[in-house]
Amino acid sequence: MITSLAVRNLAIRRGGRLLFEGLELSLAAGEAACLLGRNGAGKTSLLRALAGLVAPEAGAIEFGDADPVEARAEHVHFVGHQDGLKSGRTAREELVFWARWMGGTDAAALAAAEVLDLGRLMDLEVRRLSAGQRRRLALSRLLASPRPLWLLDEPLSPLDAGWRARFGEIMADHLKSGGLIVAAVHDPLPIPARALEIGL
Amino acid sequence: MSRLGALLAREIVLAWGRGGGPIVSVGFYAGVATLLPLATGPEPARLAAIAPGAAWVALALAALLSLDRLFERDYEDGALDLLTLSPVPLELTCAAKCLGQWIATGAPLALAAPLAAIALGAKPTLAPLIFACALLGGLAFAFTGGIGAALSLGARRGGLLTAVIVLPLFVAPVIFGGGALDSFVAGLSWRAGFALLAAYAAAAVALGPLAMAAACRNALS
Repeated sequence: MITSLAVRNLAIRRGGRLLFEGLELSLAAGEAACLLGRNGAGKTSLLRALAGLVAPEAGAIEFGDADPVEARAEHVHFVGHQDGLKSGRTAREELVFWARWMGGTDAAALAAAEVLDLGRLMDLEVRRLSAGQRRRLALSRLLASPRPLWLLDEPLSPLDAGWRARFGEIMADHLKSGGLIVAAVHDPLPIPARALEIGL
Repeated sequence: MSRLGALLAREIVLAWGRGGGPIVSVGFYAGVATLLPLATGPEPARLAAIAPGAAWVALALAALLSLDRLFERDYEDGALDLLTLSPVPLELTCAAKCLGQWIATGAPLALAAPLAAIALGAKPTLAPLIFACALLGGLAFAFTGGIGAALSLGARRGGLLTAVIVLPLFVAPVIFGGGALDSFVAGLSWRAGFALLAAYAAAAVALGPLAMAAACRNALS
C-alpha cells in the first residue's frame, strides 16, 4: 500500500531536450497535486516517469516504504491521453478486462460503470461512444480496481461541466479514503490540490 | 479468470478483428497456393515435387501478414502502458500475446496447410506431418515474429520493417520443416528435421518474450 509519494531532484530529458530538472514533490495520503505548465513542458513525461514508463535522467521517485516495482504493479493507476480502449469491443468487455488486469472484479467493474452513469452504454462498441462517454469509461477503471495512487493526464478535458463536478466528487472521495492524486491539467482541478509548475 | 487467461482470451478475439485476422491470412495462403501452378506450370509431377516445400514457404509468408499489428495497436492506443502496470511480468504478457496470435492465426493456417499441399499434388499420407510441422512452425513464427513486431514499434512503415527483421529468423524453421517433409517423401526418417523444428520453436517460446519485452520497454520510454 502506498501512503506517500516523494520526487527528489528529478530531471527528465526527452528527444535530447531537457524538460526539467531539480523537481521536488512530496505527497502524503489524502493529498493531490496538479501539474501546470505550457504544452510540451513535461507534464505527461513526469506522469509517465511516476508510472515507470519513462526513465528519469536524474533524481529519485519513492513510494514510501513500498518497493517501486511492486508499487507500480499493484498500487498505481495511470489514465493517459490514449485510453487503451479497443474501438471494436464493447464498453463492458473493455471495462471488465481492465478491471481483471488491474486486480479488480467483474462486479466492481459494473458498479464503477454505474457510478459514472455508463450502465445503458455498456453493450455499445467503444467506437459508438462520444468523447466524453469514452473518457468516463476510461476513468471508471479507477473505481473498478481500487489502487491508491492515481496518475491522471488531462482527466477532465472532454467532460462537460456536470461531469467535471461529479468527477471532482469522486476524486475527493478517493482522497478522503487515503488515496493520492497527481494530475496534469490546464484547467483548475475541482478539488484542493498543490500546484506544481513544470518546465525550465 | 486469471490475468493472463483474460489477456489470452482478449488477444484471440482481437486477432480475429485485426485487419481481417486469420481469414485474411488463410485467404492469402490459399491465393499463393493457387498462383503457384500458374507460375511453374500445371504438370502434376512437377507440382507434386514442390508441393510440400511450397506449402511450407507460403505458410511462413501468410504468418507474416498479421504480425505487424501484434504490438503496434496496443502501443498506439495506450494499452501497452496499462499492460505494464500489473504484477504480470511484461515477458509473460508478450508471451500471452504471441500465444493468442498462434491460436487465432497459426492454428487455422496449420489446418489449411495439408489441404493446400494436397491440392498441389502432395500425397495424402503427408497430410498429418504437414499439419504437425505447420502447427509447430506456426509457434516458432509467432514467437520470432513477435520480436520483429516489438522491435519495429513506433517506426514508420513498421509492417515492412517487421518483415525485414523477421524473415531471416524464419529461415531455420523453414529449413527444418521443409527437411522433415522432404525426408518423408524420400522414404527417409523425418524425425531429425521435426525434432530440430520443435527445438527451434521451444527456443523461440523461451527466449522470444525476453527480447519482445525489452523492445517494448524501449519503445515506451
